[in-house]
Amino acid sequence: MNNFNFNFFFDPLSLFFLFVILIVSSAAALYSYGYLKGQYSAFKIALAWILLVVFVFSMALVVTAGNLLIFLIAWELMSLVSYFFVVFDFQHERSVKAGMIYIVMTHIGTAFLIGAFLIMHQQAHSFDLISIKNACQLMPAQTKNIVFLLLLAGFGTKAGIVPLHIWLPYAHPQAPSHISSIMSGVMVKTAIYGIIRFVIFTLGVNNSWWGSLVLVLAVVTCLVGIIYALMETDIKRLLAYSSVENIGIILLGVGLAMVFIGKGWLALGLLALTASLYHLMNHAFYKGLLFFCAGSVYKATGTRDMEKLGGLIKKMPQTAFYFLLAAAAISALPPLNGFISEWMTLQAFFLGAINLSGNLRFFLVICAALLALTSALTAACFVKAFGVTFLALPRGQHSLNAQETSWSMKAGMFILAALVVISGLAVIPIIKLLARAANVVIGVDTAQMVTHKIIFSPQAFLAAQPENQNVYLSTPLLAVVLLILAAGVFCVYRLFGKKKQVVYKTWDCGYYKLSARNEYTATAFSKPFRIAFSFFLLPYRKTQKIRESFYHVKAFFYETHTTPVFRKYVYYPLLAWVLKSARLMRRMQPGSIHLYLSYILATILLLVIFINKF
Amino acid sequence: MIKISVIILQLLVFILAAPFLSGLITKIKNFLRMRQGESILQPYYHLAKLFSKEEVVSETTSWVFKAAPFVTIVSSLAAALLVPVFIFAAPLHIAGDLLAVIFIFALGRFFLALAALDAGSSFGGMGSSREMFISSLAEPVLCLVAATAVLHFGSTDLSAFSGMHALSASVIVAAMALFLAVIAETSRVPVDNQETHLELTMIHEAMVLEYSGRPLALIAMASYIKQMAWFFIIAQIVFPISLPCFTDPAQAARWILWYLSRIAIIALSMALVEVSMSKMRLFRTADFLGFAFVLGVIAIACAILGV
Repeated sequence: MNNFNFNFFFDPLSLFFLFVILIVSSAAALYSYGYLKGQYSAFKIALAWILLVVFVFSMALVVTAGNLLIFLIAWELMSLVSYFFVVFDFQHERSVKAGMIYIVMTHIGTAFLIGAFLIMHQQAHSFDLISIKNACQLMPAQTKNIVFLLLLAGFGTKAGIVPLHIWLPYAHPQAPSHISSIMSGVMVKTAIYGIIRFVIFTLGVNNSWWGSLVLVLAVVTCLVGIIYALMETDIKRLLAYSSVENIGIILLGVGLAMVFIGKGWLALGLLALTASLYHLMNHAFYKGLLFFCAGSVYKATGTRDMEKLGGLIKKMPQTAFYFLLAAAAISALPPLNGFISEWMTLQAFFLGAINLSGNLRFFLVICAALLALTSALTAACFVKAFGVTFLALPRGQHSLNAQETSWSMKAGMFILAALVVISGLAVIPIIKLLARAANVVIGVDTAQMVTHKIIFSPQAFLAAQPENQNVYLSTPLLAVVLLILAAGVFCVYRLFGKKKQVVYKTWDCGYYKLSARNEYTATAFSKPFRIAFSFFLLPYRKTQKIRESFYHVKAFFYETHTTPVFRKYVYYPLLAWVLKSARLMRRMQPGSIHLYLSYILATILLLVIFINKF
Repeated sequence: MIKISVIILQLLVFILAAPFLSGLITKIKNFLRMRQGESILQPYYHLAKLFSKEEVVSETTSWVFKAAPFVTIVSSLAAALLVPVFIFAAPLHIAGDLLAVIFIFALGRFFLALAALDAGSSFGGMGSSREMFISSLAEPVLCLVAATAVLHFGSTDLSAFSGMHALSASVIVAAMALFLAVIAETSRVPVDNQETHLELTMIHEAMVLEYSGRPLALIAMASYIKQMAWFFIIAQIVFPISLPCFTDPAQAARWILWYLSRIAIIALSMALVEVSMSKMRLFRTADFLGFAFVLGVIAIACAILGV
């Protein structure tokens, strides 16, 4: 039986994913030592460790499996273990609900995958990926399209592509924070691995509408993710929505690579996929770090609601610094790592707009513009997240008693923070490694890479273009320039002698009663965005007056909400339909044994007729 | 060595000339309003005054508040080094392109927006929220302009916008879109108003309300430099200029005149826009920048059609 060989991939692509998984998980393990202590009983801590090991093992298996069955088993194991983490705080009703949504959605996704795998197996008569890859070349285009759509739906559910993202903002924040960072930073990336490995590598892209479809989905995912993140006041859920957005950016690279491969521009495809992998790695690092910081805040204050926090930078200076670093990185600020991957993605779009033809050029430029919009909205979102949580005055008891976290949590954060900085500065070696990983599925030889003018110059990354009009970017140089300029400005500043500095109250129009109640809240901060995107968010208000008498209002309640569009208009109707059909099916089972016996008789009769007829 | 001296020269040009540009715009505005107005050197007096004043720091603030002015000025200066001022190439063009300039400005804005939240007053929060709102609407416009530049000049490298290419419809429309985005970026009417301190209308000024003394001077300087950098980028895109020829003095004089009047034309248009429009309501700016976005899309369409 060649169905059950145990092939494993240890090519650069798998190794890259393995590296990201293991490095984020190691930091998470270190972090969890301090995080779990004092939060949970000894039994639960032991359980968390065991589950963590199984979780990491299953993810490692997913990205190395060379056999569909092993892949599926590992995939399912990964889903189940992460489910256990989502319901880890099972005494909270929220956890149970989040777990329910997660387990249902993830199994719908797996069902799509099984469908795709069965068609692949039918074609190749084997579960081995290499033989399937060979068989897929002979697959009729129609079948190929179906397999692609099934794979996209299956992996898209895990990755959190809109509109299949519905589980992600519930499940990720509900797990313990070190697991949130693994789930958001790494687990959703296994779905990206799946798309790269199964669609680009195994199935082979030979038309461009696949890529265009992925691009459209990716742009929608980016925008929906970040708009919801902007509206969010729960810090961990904000991060989860931002993960949805970042998955969109990663998919933009993947989709663009698919467009290029479909059109035969392999070197450009390599650039796009390298950018995508770079962003994937960066996101793993800074999102992991952000979840660590959010976990520290949660542990120190007991709440995830940003509206109750504030002023934490004075109580938890190190956590605040790490959060600021990661927020700057995710907002694509130079010279940190998020900037480089977004820059590369934008350059890949522009190169596509130069080289391709027809409507596709226009489409690519619009995608690039929407990516720029996303990145600017991200900056706004993280100004809000950091500003409201860490700056100004504390908004209540929660943050007054906060204390800096323990050494192991700080060490976990330090590792990821260092990686954020390193991956922002060591661009050239990283791009070389990533290009090797991306090349596994694209297969441009290096000599050809030079002729297609994708050059890695020693000083700067160079996306070379026609007519020798090269674009340069060098973040190390930028970092040095920024530092020298900062030193220079500081020297000039001090050259003129020290001026008196008076510490005084914040200007409050002479009212002299400034308190935390005057501060801008997260909801207030996002109000312009809520109004500008009201066509999609459909905000509404709830007001309630509690009257003592007709003339005197004793209390006034004011709430503002946004309509969860996908839940309300997609999932609830679907759920209602499922329940209704289940109710209809129930009529077949009234509980009468006579009826059941007649069912059996009818079945036998049908089968007899069937066998005789055919 | 030459490179370092060019870098220092460019920094000096920006530091010395940027306030003048702002004063020039104010002067033109006052002239158009038939007012005597302040001296064209007023920004320098302003900076000198702020530099010699004592500083008042709010007691609720943290180190972010103290660091933000430095980050802002450093980001402006770094972006200025990526802009080709002496025609051929920016001194640091190896470090980044137009996209890098956009993102470096975002760095300064990010910290200033955080510092605005740090003081804990509603004004700061208001300014911070609005600034991030407007800048996020301007960003896609800037990206479209960069894309048009790529289609026309072949790359986003600012030195490639040598101004020696032939003008085309796409570039002109893109420059118009960029001009509108720069109005928003430099907080000018109709998006924002640099001259007002009316609580409910200010955006950039609300963000920096808690600053005084030297840090405020740094922030003001950063805004001047940012404005000048953007003006040079617009000039680089839309006004063609040939290589200078200094052998013939008459030709050289004409060249220098044209070189300077490129910036003056942009300053004049900015002043004209400012005096002829009133400030828009915050949510109308979404329409304003939406219009800029449409212009950007038209520019792309023109570039693809090759006109």
